[in-house]
Amino acid sequence: MILGIVEGTVVSDQNSFDIPGGRYLLINKCNQAGKLKNEFLVALDLVSAGKDEMVMIAESTSARETPTTKNKAVDAVIVGIIDKIDENDKVVYTK
Amino acid sequence: MILARVIGTVVSSQKTPEMGGVKLLLLEKVHPETLEGKNDFVVAMDSVGAGTGELVLYVSGSGARMAENTKGLPTDATVTAIVDLIEKKGTVTYQKNN
Repeated sequence: MILGIVEGTVVSDQNSFDIPGGRYLLINKCNQAGKLKNEFLVALDLVSAGKDEMVMIAESTSARETPTTKNKAVDAVIVGIIDKIDENDKVVYTK
Repeated sequence: MILARVIGTVVSSQKTPEMGGVKLLLLEKVHPETLEGKNDFVVAMDSVGAGTGELVLYVSGSGARMAENTKGLPTDATVTAIVDLIEKKGTVTYQKNN
């Protein structure tokens, strides 16, 4: 999974995701300490992530391994909101 | 999914039969805030009828083969959404004028 910060939302009425009520968030990729990479992607939100939260995203075929996204044209889903990350016994991120 | 703008269309008459008649679009990845092109292009199959100039989302990898008209086709990039609005940190950075 990759890490990213929720920076916004993307709305699309005309799409072929075929996911009623799908909420798509604008994610800025970041490292484990939350340092932004300024590389963006759009991911389907499965965990009701909020603005500025650090999230974990599953990409490519694994993105379709959920009931909501089975056989859907989706390649990035938010699978978790990060509470804490520690690196070499040092906490580098907390929510 | 990656944000991109439809720059044009790609015509290929001599291609593997499995590609079928699906329209091919030339996309340029864009920065979600400035909407400036990143000089990073890709050819993608169209599954939503996107027109030149429109802002879209495209799916890459095997997800590209899951849209209604691309099931089982040898594509690794498919436009699956036409973007109406982008909101970033509370400001609307893009709104489709239709």
